[in-house]
Amino acid sequence: MAKDTSNDLKVETFAEHQVITQPNPFRKIIRRVDERNADDPVTRAEEALAGLSGEFQGWMNEECHRLACAFETVAKDGFTGPNREELFRAAHDIKGDAATFGYPMAAIAADSLCRILEHAPELTTVPSDLIAHHVHAIQAIVRESPRARAKDTADELSTRLRRLADEFLIAANQNRPEHLEAVLAPSIVPGD
Amino acid sequence: MFRIDFNKLRFLVCDDNAHMRRILRTLLHSFGAREVYEAEDGATALEMYSHYVPDIVITDWSMPIFDGLELAQMIRQPDGVGNPYAPIIMLTGHSEKRRVMTARDAGVTEFLAKPISAKGLYQRILNVVVSPRPFIRTKSYFGPDRRRNTTNTYIGIDRRNGGKAEILQQPSLLDKARSPG
Repeated sequence: MAKDTSNDLKVETFAEHQVITQPNPFRKIIRRVDERNADDPVTRAEEALAGLSGEFQGWMNEECHRLACAFETVAKDGFTGPNREELFRAAHDIKGDAATFGYPMAAIAADSLCRILEHAPELTTVPSDLIAHHVHAIQAIVRESPRARAKDTADELSTRLRRLADEFLIAANQNRPEHLEAVLAPSIVPGD
Repeated sequence: MFRIDFNKLRFLVCDDNAHMRRILRTLLHSFGAREVYEAEDGATALEMYSHYVPDIVITDWSMPIFDGLELAQMIRQPDGVGNPYAPIIMLTGHSEKRRVMTARDAGVTEFLAKPISAKGLYQRILNVVVSPRPFIRTKSYFGPDRRRNTTNTYIGIDRRNGGKAEILQQPSLLDKARSPG
């Protein structure tokens, strides 16, 4: 960035805190432009992202494979710390990426799985099929997405799984107010 | 309306997911950025942070070795090796309010919940570049002012007490951090 030579800090000291202000170090790289400026960096970036979209299906398949492997390890060796961590990371990545890759329903199912892994008091007490159903649903949503009417089925599947997971978590966390509050709290993501 | 010369900004992107790093790199390059450094875990990011002295850090939360929250806390060490004032944008799949509060209390400047959008990322970068907030130092916190509301009506438990005592001028830590050696 452009060198800023005059960014001395101003420190205001109060009884219990200090307020530290510096001249904006970025001020030399900000330009005011006309509202009608045709060069829109957001549009440019969206076009570039669209250019990447040919790779999204392959990336989504890789994410699903990672999730399946993590689940297989849990099924074989149980919920050890690292096994749980890897399953959570795999689900959490799908929660974050899947909508960008064009699989928003897979993101919802993955979010539901993350909530179980994060808020179940004991993972060994989670109904045995509940986690398996989530993993298989995510795989099916991705695999079947090109088919006609797959969106409706994916929508219904992810919604039902979320309902089942929430019912379990609400019942299991009756004596754990922090977790119960987190389970019941709305997401900050618009549209969730 | 403001535009930023992205080609003069240096970014550090930290995410353990290679696909997300690729998306971020694509978006930042499209905005006009040339210098985008990437790390796949918190430890590598911290090393790169002190080596490359980025202007803006974009980090995931969940990562191996140490996570994005710990990375933010380490960057916000006033006596650390790097610039403790750099804007930190946390880009994460965590989307609960308590996570936002935790990130804020670790010194994160902006929070962006996935799924990522070009508009959301651009807006966060614009915020930190055009309207940087002052920093606050208390016994338990050092980071950007957590108050977005400029009115003085907050009466909660963390309300700041005390009138103005004095104003001290001191040399810029930013300059110190950027000077070689």
